[in-house]
Amino acid sequence: MSTDSSEQVLDYPLRAPTAVDPPEEWAKLRQGCPVAHIRLPSGDKAMLITRYDDVRQVLSDPRFTRNLAEEGAARITTNEGGSVFENKDAAELSGGEQHEKWRRFIMRWFTVKRISAMQQSIETMAHQLIDKMIAKGPPADLVSDLAFPLPVWVIAEILGIAVDDRDKLAHWSNSMLTMTQFTQEEVDKAQMEFVHYLMGHIAKKRAEPGDDLLSDLIRAADQGEQINEKILLMTAQGILVAGHETTSNMIGKMMGMLLSDRRRWEQLVAEPSLVRSAVEEVLRFDANAGFGLPRFISEEIELSGTKVPSRSTIICSMAAANRDEKAFERADEMVLNRSPNPHLTFGAGAHSCVGQALARTELQTVLSVLLRRLPSLDLAVAPSELPRREGLLVGGIEKVLVRW
Amino acid sequence: METNSKLKVIVDYDKCCGAGQCVMVAPKVFDQRDDGIVIVLDAEPPPEQYGPVREAAAVCPGAAIRLGESA
Repeated sequence: MSTDSSEQVLDYPLRAPTAVDPPEEWAKLRQGCPVAHIRLPSGDKAMLITRYDDVRQVLSDPRFTRNLAEEGAARITTNEGGSVFENKDAAELSGGEQHEKWRRFIMRWFTVKRISAMQQSIETMAHQLIDKMIAKGPPADLVSDLAFPLPVWVIAEILGIAVDDRDKLAHWSNSMLTMTQFTQEEVDKAQMEFVHYLMGHIAKKRAEPGDDLLSDLIRAADQGEQINEKILLMTAQGILVAGHETTSNMIGKMMGMLLSDRRRWEQLVAEPSLVRSAVEEVLRFDANAGFGLPRFISEEIELSGTKVPSRSTIICSMAAANRDEKAFERADEMVLNRSPNPHLTFGAGAHSCVGQALARTELQTVLSVLLRRLPSLDLAVAPSELPRREGLLVGGIEKVLVRW
Repeated sequence: METNSKLKVIVDYDKCCGAGQCVMVAPKVFDQRDDGIVIVLDAEPPPEQYGPVREAAAVCPGAAIRLGESA
């Protein structure tokens, strides 16, 4: 059996009917075409996988990395400089021993212990932002008032960046994650400004180390670890790109999902102890999760009975896998107390998201604080009117207008 | 169900990716080293921890936690 018999090539990303519903193709692909041929925005061909077991297998396989700087790998975007996945410098760190070492180092800042120690400060930030939103009065946009600034504030704290510079960070982050929304010139400009800023920031930390991730890396370099300026820059940039827009969008989508059927919100108001499992369920249920994770297949593998040749590019759709009926009962329903919930939103295996404990804590904290402060919260627009955030690698909702 | 057998927690440290899910789900049974790698605090936890331990094993992104039954 081979999918080659179906000559159809789908344009990717697939179009979803609304900002919260899945593309119609997912169920059909999982059923009948688990390894589907797709055309990326660059025009290059790749394959899309949508079944839970296949996605989990590919993501967990240490042989395959997301490094699309390899010769023969598909390019994702039309921008010549490429997306975050084609960055040759980042690629150097994405495989093998060096990646392992670097990850272990970064991990120190993202353990549950570290993140729990930050929880209070995240809660204070949430209160500050919600205070301001309440003072302005309804209707308010949860995205610009809360979801967008909060994660960048948190990252600024981890990187030891001054409070006054947080907004600049947010702007650069937004520009660098582009698919087609910004011109290459705009992306390059943001990238240059950001690198310039970071070099200054790193110099400051060298002169006056503090209690932050970059100072830690600098201290390790002083003790003989092979951490050069380039690695410091890439680390800071990587953490911003990986942790800002993704979490911001997820906060917006979480609130969109919970308020679009207000019974969900009411259930949480009545039973706040469900916050943890509810956050996992919104992570699983998110149909607007964006692009998925690419993998360059360096050796032939078999997936659902289909041979995938060496040197292919596969796009893993974790969001489609998260709706797989074979892995989740009532997969198309939001079940706020679902347990266990082994969704693949943060990936799987050695490359699974380093910041997942932080992301979870931010989502849980924002949700708990909103439940306490604004139990009467409601959407100020019809759910079908929630505007999708276009053109970025990470899917989101542009605006979540609410009243209370 | 587990009247006579005890649940035993077995970890494959090579597969641990330091995500910390086990610590969030079952903090009485799992902890992390400074670099994120799992520490098993109680390899034969009491029955009231079976629920959280099973959940931790199910959601581990590295599939690093295995549960065995011992007599």
